[in-house]
Amino acid sequence: MNVSRRQFWGMLAVGLVGQGTRQQPAPAPLPGAGPTGTLADPDRVGRPLEPITARDNDSGIQAIEKRLQCTCGCGLDIYTCRTTDFSCSFSPQYHKQILSLAASGMTGDEIIAEFVKEHGESILMAPPKRGFALFGYFGPWVAFALAATGMVLLLRRRSRRGGASLAAAGERPVRPAPTAEELALVERELSRFES
Amino acid sequence: MSVLGSLALWIAFFTGIWGAVTGFAGGANGRTDLQQSSRRAVFALCLTLLVAVFSLEWLLFAHDFNVEYVASHISSNLPIFYTWSALYSGQEGSLLFWATVLSIFGSLALVLTAPRHRVYLPYVSAVVCVVAVFFVTVMLFAANPFARLPYTPIDGRGMNPQLQNPGMVFHPPMLYLGYISITIPFAFAVAALLSKRLDVDWLVAIRKWTILSWLFLSIGICLGMWWAYVELGWGGYWAWDPVENASFLPWLVMTAFLHSVMIQEKRGMLKKWNLGLIFGAWVLSIFGTFLTRSGVIQSVHSFTQSPVGAYFAWFLFVAIGLLTVLYLTRLPLLKAEATLESLVSREASFLFNNLMLVGIACTVLVLTVYPLLSEWITGQKIVMKPPAFDFVNVPLGLALLALTGIGPLIAWRRASIPNLKRQFAAPVTAGVALGLIVLLLGMRQVWPVITITLAGFVLGTVVQEFARGVRARHRQYGEMYPLAFFHLMARNRRRYGGYVVHTGIVLLFVAFSGMAFKVETEASLKPGQSVTLASPYGWTYTFKHLGISQYDALNRQVTAGTVVVSRNGKTIGTMVPEKRQHVDSFGRPTFEPSTAVAIRSDLREDLYVVLGGVVGGSETAVYRFTINPLVWWVWYGGMIVALGGVIVMWPGGTVGSNRVATGYAAKLGATE
Repeated sequence: MNVSRRQFWGMLAVGLVGQGTRQQPAPAPLPGAGPTGTLADPDRVGRPLEPITARDNDSGIQAIEKRLQCTCGCGLDIYTCRTTDFSCSFSPQYHKQILSLAASGMTGDEIIAEFVKEHGESILMAPPKRGFALFGYFGPWVAFALAATGMVLLLRRRSRRGGASLAAAGERPVRPAPTAEELALVERELSRFES
Repeated sequence: MSVLGSLALWIAFFTGIWGAVTGFAGGANGRTDLQQSSRRAVFALCLTLLVAVFSLEWLLFAHDFNVEYVASHISSNLPIFYTWSALYSGQEGSLLFWATVLSIFGSLALVLTAPRHRVYLPYVSAVVCVVAVFFVTVMLFAANPFARLPYTPIDGRGMNPQLQNPGMVFHPPMLYLGYISITIPFAFAVAALLSKRLDVDWLVAIRKWTILSWLFLSIGICLGMWWAYVELGWGGYWAWDPVENASFLPWLVMTAFLHSVMIQEKRGMLKKWNLGLIFGAWVLSIFGTFLTRSGVIQSVHSFTQSPVGAYFAWFLFVAIGLLTVLYLTRLPLLKAEATLESLVSREASFLFNNLMLVGIACTVLVLTVYPLLSEWITGQKIVMKPPAFDFVNVPLGLALLALTGIGPLIAWRRASIPNLKRQFAAPVTAGVALGLIVLLLGMRQVWPVITITLAGFVLGTVVQEFARGVRARHRQYGEMYPLAFFHLMARNRRRYGGYVVHTGIVLLFVAFSGMAFKVETEASLKPGQSVTLASPYGWTYTFKHLGISQYDALNRQVTAGTVVVSRNGKTIGTMVPEKRQHVDSFGRPTFEPSTAVAIRSDLREDLYVVLGGVVGGSETAVYRFTINPLVWWVWYGGMIVALGGVIVMWPGGTVGSNRVATGYAAKLGATE
């Protein structure tokens, strides 16, 4: 497509300014999308879904799914992934598996253990607090505590040293009235304070 | 046009090298001719990169699909608004954007820097040229935005649907502006070290740049949170994703710097620390870019894996090495001019504040690269995900929030016990009162209760500071309270603008605590059916599905569900979540269908509805309904943080300070 300089600047201006002010025309509905129960184009909605049951919404099932990560690479837990990314094929399968295991009488922890056995600990949203993971969980707090303690000790030593040198310098006589020099110092300090 | 663009990149490459060499040589030898040449090289670099940007935008708007970048990121039917933003939506274009904006900032720094700070400019121009040349090098040898395909597709691939959102038009540039502008204070810091002029002058020269950079980062991060919330559909705004963390890290370090620099300006302390912070912030800004582009850490934000990661790794390695050598050789010149007099002083509280901010930054960094660290040490990859980040960072964040209130209450140099009692009384009372109120209202979750208690304390501090300042002005000058408030802010923008920022931070913390009360459910509804969901506030929402409509709009095929919402039986509105199938100009689907969330916001909570799909091609829709308390306060808090930043940056204040100085002089004179 050949575009002249005028057309280019015009399109850029429209893109930057015009888009926000232009009214969008009302969308025309497709035929057959009314209350007939059938959509005109079901393919554009993505993968067909199954009806939601009370078991799907069980808070215990939700809690289990929120402790397990979907392996599709989204980084989300199973519940959030399957209710957000409707193209994912992993999280719906895991959901069915969890429902099936729950129906067989397994507790939440047992279901989690079963997933760990199958996929490894990387399936967990939170790595267990053992081994090298302990460093990640508690290392920062320990480091903070040590750093804060070290800082307090160091500052205390420096503040004592600073106070001692002030005392060693001896007392200054108190002037009854400020000199021009001292007024200039006040002005300088105030201008620094104000900024 | 692609030839022009490529030529511009090569000219920028050689111009940048010339600018770096003449800048360093001119600065070291005092040669004004070389210094001038370096200065002109920066302007020339800016011009050539703008030509490259112009060329790429021309190719985008002309839909020249023979150019690989154009074919990969747009299609003929992409709305024009997003065609513009395609400049920085891809790897190659964003590198060009980065280099260009850096050259613009560099040029502005050279022009706008006050005459008394011009001594630093040769080195500043050299550093700007070095960094810009690096980005141009990456483009020329690893990620060329003007590379051509051996064939010409009939249409482009189109833009990722998640990027077709107003938030994504502004969020990346804001973040990039934040990252890029850190280079200017960094350049001045290097200049100060190289020129051995390490008094407070260089800090004054970079003051506005530092706040500008922090402001851009803050706005960019908030816009990113907003985009994630409205676009991604998972109902949250922060997931501790590596790329999110990459923007958070320099923000934390810059925030630490903005506080500790006050100590250096007032007391001549923390010189080594402040230089370290500026270097750290810049290194983190490049490291963040490395994380996004190298693919070493998996992220939903990552660009496709490419060889640019190796370039960034080497650049970081060399830069850190050189900076370390420079820093160590100048250590004897960085002695503090004063010592700390008391642990109970504002200086000490700022130090603890810095410890928290830098410590949180280190924590986030370690947890982000934990997969690499754990694999290297134990052979097993351990990935720290949001629950682990929250476990570690929530208590640390709350400690930081507490310090936000404590710091302003403590006097400079030394605070006495009576003074502390007087200062802390009202804010502590406010915090405890607020905590008791929420407990009485039935809140039992530990972290939210602590958050709200601390929020009350910090807000009490801010209100007390403003009240005292306004009362003092009212008594001294007879001003009415609103005018006294205005003059108070105008006279000391840094201090009171900072308090406005603190207020914004408090609102953010309170808003974050609202996510602990999130409720959600999913339902499949035939037209006319409804589902209820109880709000944490006690009322009940009813969502009634009316039906599905399908239509074509712009570059997408839309399926929309219509839901009528009632609260305690009273209809309050209609929500229309969508599924969108984007298509190219030939009607061929591009990308998987995406969701467009329907959000109904008020100050207390958001209703968040996602259309998952339909059952068996019918009008029975599958929805996820979520109630997210206090989300609006995230955006309000962000706006107030930005407002505070603007107040701090606003020029002026000399008239007021002169008047005060004169007033004090007059009062002192009257005692003689």
